[in-house]
Amino acid sequence: MYEGVVQDLIDELGRFPGVGPKSAQRIAFHLLNSDPADINRLREVLGKVAEGVTFCEVCGTVAEQQRCRICRDERRDATLVCVVEEPKDVLAVERTGEFKGRYHVLGGALDPLSGIGPDQLRMRELLARIGTDEITEVILATDPNTEGEATATYLVRMLRDFPGLTVTRLASGLPMGGDLEFADELTLGRALSGRRAL
Amino acid sequence: MYVRHLQLTDFRSWAQADLALTPGPTVFVGQNGQGKTNLVEAIGYIATLGSHRVSSDTPLVRIGAERALVRIAVVNEGRELTVELEITPGKANRARINRAQVPRPREVLGILRTVLFAPEDLALVRGDPSERRRFMDELLVLRAPRFAGVRSDYERVLKQRNALLKTARGSGGRADISTLEVWNGHLARHGAELLSARLNLIADMAPLVSAAYAGVAPESRPALINYRSSLGELPERAGVDDLTERLLTAMTEQRGQELERGVSLVGPHRDELELVLGDAPAKGYASHGESWSFALALRLGSYELLRADGAEPVLVLDDVFAELDRRRRAALAEVASQAEQVLVTAAVQEDVPAELLGDRYLVGDGEVRSD
Repeated sequence: MYEGVVQDLIDELGRFPGVGPKSAQRIAFHLLNSDPADINRLREVLGKVAEGVTFCEVCGTVAEQQRCRICRDERRDATLVCVVEEPKDVLAVERTGEFKGRYHVLGGALDPLSGIGPDQLRMRELLARIGTDEITEVILATDPNTEGEATATYLVRMLRDFPGLTVTRLASGLPMGGDLEFADELTLGRALSGRRAL
Repeated sequence: MYVRHLQLTDFRSWAQADLALTPGPTVFVGQNGQGKTNLVEAIGYIATLGSHRVSSDTPLVRIGAERALVRIAVVNEGRELTVELEITPGKANRARINRAQVPRPREVLGILRTVLFAPEDLALVRGDPSERRRFMDELLVLRAPRFAGVRSDYERVLKQRNALLKTARGSGGRADISTLEVWNGHLARHGAELLSARLNLIADMAPLVSAAYAGVAPESRPALINYRSSLGELPERAGVDDLTERLLTAMTEQRGQELERGVSLVGPHRDELELVLGDAPAKGYASHGESWSFALALRLGSYELLRADGAEPVLVLDDVFAELDRRRRAALAEVASQAEQVLVTAAVQEDVPAELLGDRYLVGDGEVRSD
């Protein structure tokens, strides 16, 4: 235990995800040795975050203005929407460079254990978008785990009544650069059932 | 298959243990509390990723240590693999196969197969249905490791669905249950996979258990095992699609009840493995000796089943001979002496039948000495 404010700092840092007591201590002492200008910059950023981050009114990802960069971009394909759980998933899909459509961030997945149902997610907003915009295909890119799969199934049920709308799910399968023999049975099984003709 | 080498660091009472093992019988002799069982418990842990004595990992780590390390070399049909498991309570365990880290400890399942018989097994006969469900599921995983994944997916969906039902009950019918159908679908699919595998397992194993019981206790009434499902009467074996349909129908029928009580009432988590002796259930009716015989027959049946699947399992007999009478000892010794490898623990050597007195180790004062 350190005295006073140093221990407070370590305790606060230790509450972050992925930061254990040792890392918290390391970051705290790094801050103590930092240039005051660096600390001030950090303080300003934290202050701005505390004042409130804006979310895009269309897709729900973090944004600087009312609409995010992707939703403002006229060159993006407005008929294609990729549905993801979190803003960080938008970045993950963007990094592929493969996707030219727009996004919809749900803000999580169905998770009754944490009290999250459809009303806690941005599902109504998605239905409204599909009702008014020129969307023709919805790609469900929720996580391939229990909660993400349940969310995808729920959305399929909600979306199947829209005429002319195609609903697709991300394929699941083998990682690139991997070894077939080290793939777990579930992934390999899915990759087999989702195989495609060449 | 057999375990060629066992190495422990900070596992239970062992700060360090290192021993070479050979095929055939090996006996660990030592007074109570010297750590004999801890040695075989470590072997069982590699095979099932669980202990036969405790459900949490905390007691597995030596007091004062942060993590325990178990390293085992297994020889299967001439091919040797080393498995290493780092057990850190409260954190994810880490596993290595041939010194290469694997993404999940689950990957080590299937490398070592064991059948472990211990005094705790009396609970298979006298304990709650959950003991017998765990018995079946552990055996499923030994037969086909992918069922570890099926089982954990099922449990996850079950928890989520129960949480939803509980919220619905708490709100007096005002809560949003539009997602219930979705959870029904997922529960039915995972549940049907588990249920279908359990039905196959019991159909394959039932005759082996009856025969083993007759061998162990010829004077007793005949023993039977029977899978009783929360779905009611089921065929002896059934496919996943058929069972998915049945589960969905049952959930629709029970919907009112489930919402009222706030729990899932159908599915493999409500099923039971019935043990029958003559015309009465073993639980509550069997004598002490009969209960022991039944527990032993379940383990011997498992052993025969795994053997019939190929890859002969390692047989572990933890402190059981003292509990058995002469005839049962002889019946067990006869099976055990045929095993490719059998590891026996006993407080006194006189308890161990002569056929099993192969390699002997003396366990005491924090060391294992070859005798």
